[in-house]
Amino acid sequence: MSTRESAPGTTGGADVPGPLHGGPDDEYTPEQLASMSREELDLLGAGYDDVQVLHVDPGPEPGSAAEQRAVRQVALTFGLAGLAAFAAFVIYAGSGWFLPDWQWEITEGGWSAIFTPLIGALGGLALILVGIGMVLFTKNLLPHETAVQDKHDGSHFDRVTTGATLVGGLHNSGLARRKLITRSLVFMGSGIGLMLLMPLGGLIRNPNTGDPLGTTSWAEGVRLVRDDGSPIRPGDQQPGSLETVFPAVPGGNRESDAATMLIRLRPEQVSVDRPRNGQEDFGYGDYVAYSKICTHAGCPVSLYEQETSRILCPCHQSQFDVTQGAKPVFGPATRPLPQLPITVDDEGYFVARSDYIEAVGPTYWNRERI
Amino acid sequence: MARTATAPGVPTSRLGKAALEVDDRLIVAGPLRRSLNKVFPDHWSFLLGEIALYSFVVLLLSGTYLTFFFDASMREVVYEGTYAPLRGAEMSAAYESTLYLSFDVRGGLFVRQLHHWAALLFVASIVVHLLRIFFTGAFRRPRETNWLIGIALLVLSFAMGFTGYSMPDDLLSGTGLRIVSAIILAIPVVGTWVHWAVFNGDYVGEFIVGRMYIVHVLIIPAIILALIAMHLLILVKQKHTQFPGPGRTEHNVVGNRLFPAFAGKAGGLFFIVFGVCAALGGLVQINPVWLWGPYNPAQVSAASQPDWYVMFLDGSTRLFPAWDINLPGDYTIPALFWPTVVLPGILFTLLALYPMIERKLTRDTASHHLLQRPRDVPVRTSLGMMALTFYVVLMISGGNDVVAEKFDISLNAMTWAGRIGLIILPPLAYVFAYRICLGLQKHDREVLEHGLETGVIRRLPHGEFIEVHQPLGPVDEHGHGQLAYGGAPVPKRMNQVGGARRAVRGFFKPIEEPVQVELEQRRDEHGLAAAESDRELTTSGRPSDGGRPQEPRD
Repeated sequence: MSTRESAPGTTGGADVPGPLHGGPDDEYTPEQLASMSREELDLLGAGYDDVQVLHVDPGPEPGSAAEQRAVRQVALTFGLAGLAAFAAFVIYAGSGWFLPDWQWEITEGGWSAIFTPLIGALGGLALILVGIGMVLFTKNLLPHETAVQDKHDGSHFDRVTTGATLVGGLHNSGLARRKLITRSLVFMGSGIGLMLLMPLGGLIRNPNTGDPLGTTSWAEGVRLVRDDGSPIRPGDQQPGSLETVFPAVPGGNRESDAATMLIRLRPEQVSVDRPRNGQEDFGYGDYVAYSKICTHAGCPVSLYEQETSRILCPCHQSQFDVTQGAKPVFGPATRPLPQLPITVDDEGYFVARSDYIEAVGPTYWNRERI
Repeated sequence: MARTATAPGVPTSRLGKAALEVDDRLIVAGPLRRSLNKVFPDHWSFLLGEIALYSFVVLLLSGTYLTFFFDASMREVVYEGTYAPLRGAEMSAAYESTLYLSFDVRGGLFVRQLHHWAALLFVASIVVHLLRIFFTGAFRRPRETNWLIGIALLVLSFAMGFTGYSMPDDLLSGTGLRIVSAIILAIPVVGTWVHWAVFNGDYVGEFIVGRMYIVHVLIIPAIILALIAMHLLILVKQKHTQFPGPGRTEHNVVGNRLFPAFAGKAGGLFFIVFGVCAALGGLVQINPVWLWGPYNPAQVSAASQPDWYVMFLDGSTRLFPAWDINLPGDYTIPALFWPTVVLPGILFTLLALYPMIERKLTRDTASHHLLQRPRDVPVRTSLGMMALTFYVVLMISGGNDVVAEKFDISLNAMTWAGRIGLIILPPLAYVFAYRICLGLQKHDREVLEHGLETGVIRRLPHGEFIEVHQPLGPVDEHGHGQLAYGGAPVPKRMNQVGGARRAVRGFFKPIEEPVQVELEQRRDEHGLAAAESDRELTTSGRPSDGGRPQEPRD
């Protein structure tokens, strides 16, 4: 009997089920299969999956000393895992209930300091023991078998038939012949693609409007203030000291490009100080102010070694010499730190004379042009 | 064909009936049997990729938990939480919620640290897995696609790690973000435009943490999941590679079936990976953001290092000389561009294209399912060692300030040592690795030809001392072994060919009768005990010469 002929809709025959899916049900009748042992069925199935079991090293003999030992070992491991897991739970749930509070306290080192380590140690131990137990079980109690599975290359039959189906479908569509459709498809595809990507245009903004990279909040008459907002007078700093100052504008101390180092040179530094050309009058007395933002990658250059007059950037170790116009003397930075022109206002506090005359921070493509 | 209730083989147990009900509807018995029967080769190095997979699962679980508490916003707030030293400090909501997660959520700090450790393990296991694939030649045809997917996963895991540790907006991560901002600005022509697109304006703006968040929790994980699925599907389809050995060919896989042996071991490994991450997460502090403080563009701490996998880029940035390229028209290519964009671009491109490059150079276009021992492919192994040396020099240079401080070395000397080392050490590594490969190859051949060194010294009648050699197989009339090298490990010690007695079991006291063990060994013909009693040790088949190759006499 051929199912194809009797399927409904073809010859109007009876509605009988097709052959069962997936297995060689014709070769093995249910009776045959029922007469086979479980092991035989396992190997039979494996054979259909190209797997051959070459060798089975049975696990320990039931009731043998080796088996009992392995069983005890595995049960102990799982038991300890359960114990650790319950203990972790008790500590987690009981802290602040019948155990001391888990929340961190600066005044005491006790329970709150060991809460997280305890959870981690017990939780981690529980999980690791579960894993060890499973591995022990597999290694010591399961039979060890060596199986071989065949590898197949692609089938020529599959390639040819699939190819025929694909090419047939394409051929029937006639797209190779109907050039007008092909062209309209290409045109449509590019249009729809552009349209779908269009909203990404919202991400694009012009970086060149108003020179945002080249300007900071510093301007003529803006005071140099400390992080807490207090202004600075020329007598406030010891020679050789450095102070980070910000523009006295709202939020000036959080601005990403405005941070400036106000340095009071020591007398011997003043005598060798050679500012950059055209910037000889940017300092005030023995004070100079340089941008704190590294010209290499934008880190704050923080480490001032007054013995050598060097400022070091801790990110990539560029070094700048404050007595030579903060010119880079070592490391990957290429440009000197920009200098802020400063003076003192009527009340005797430091103020900027203008913004930086060049862009602060890292170099970029068109930096010299705007 | 219709089955009846009385047909043989119809299940009678409750579980069996339920299984039948399921299969009647879903028809899964066939595919399930095929999966259970899939054979996995048994070698420890095949577990490395699994570790990556399992740590990714741990990352998904712990990361989902973290999202319940993290607020990816750069809104300025004043901290009023539990951690007293920072009370009253201005910070972003992202940093505040990280502190909240660490100090005010029960077990929050534990999960945060677990997530970070799992991330480090994820990248590390990918890298080690990649090295295994590289040095054994597992990337060769037909597995180039999976190699490329693996490289994509490596790059994505870098991006995942960077966005992950940058989100808390603490002082350390903010410094890293500032450097990335500078790197983006350093791209010629489009740098400022890209920066404005990524940050929605000048550094730092209000947008970047929110954007990194969605990239970190949705976009990259989705791509990684899809790629892992492809990676595994291709692996199942192509089947595993295996090391050469008895019965192993290019057309089969020898090992354990998935169920139950492999499943048991793999499941165990998952729990061990999870457990190690959990133990580290609880016991070993990582990224204590409350100590760094909130991000402030004017502050930085010394020894600011990224997570280990980004350190090689930090190193290259430190070593690269101060070479801006000034172009006509006042345009500049910043020095920063080369070590941070061009160098990783070249490195990852070379890595991705390596299978194609090797195929071109060796003209080996055949399919390979048997792995190679690194010594048998000295050029590839040496190239790998060369690349690895390059990487390690960069990585050490990424922490050269810490090295300089701990060992009291001049920082500038460290920088110069890195610059010079980067050029000199990789070729040296190539030469050394090549010589070592050849030496190991020669020794394999020597053992196959002349046998194992037994440690037994004999004095010949004319007074010469020779060492007795144990041949591994049949020998020809000159006493030379006839076994050919098959790409598999060659035993190098007598113990490895059963030359030692089996130890009597028992940890504190013997639990076996020594006599019994002796008998058992003799019965199984294992070991020296059997060998000694049954036959005299051969000396390469030529007792008189003691296995020493000699000029033929007369």
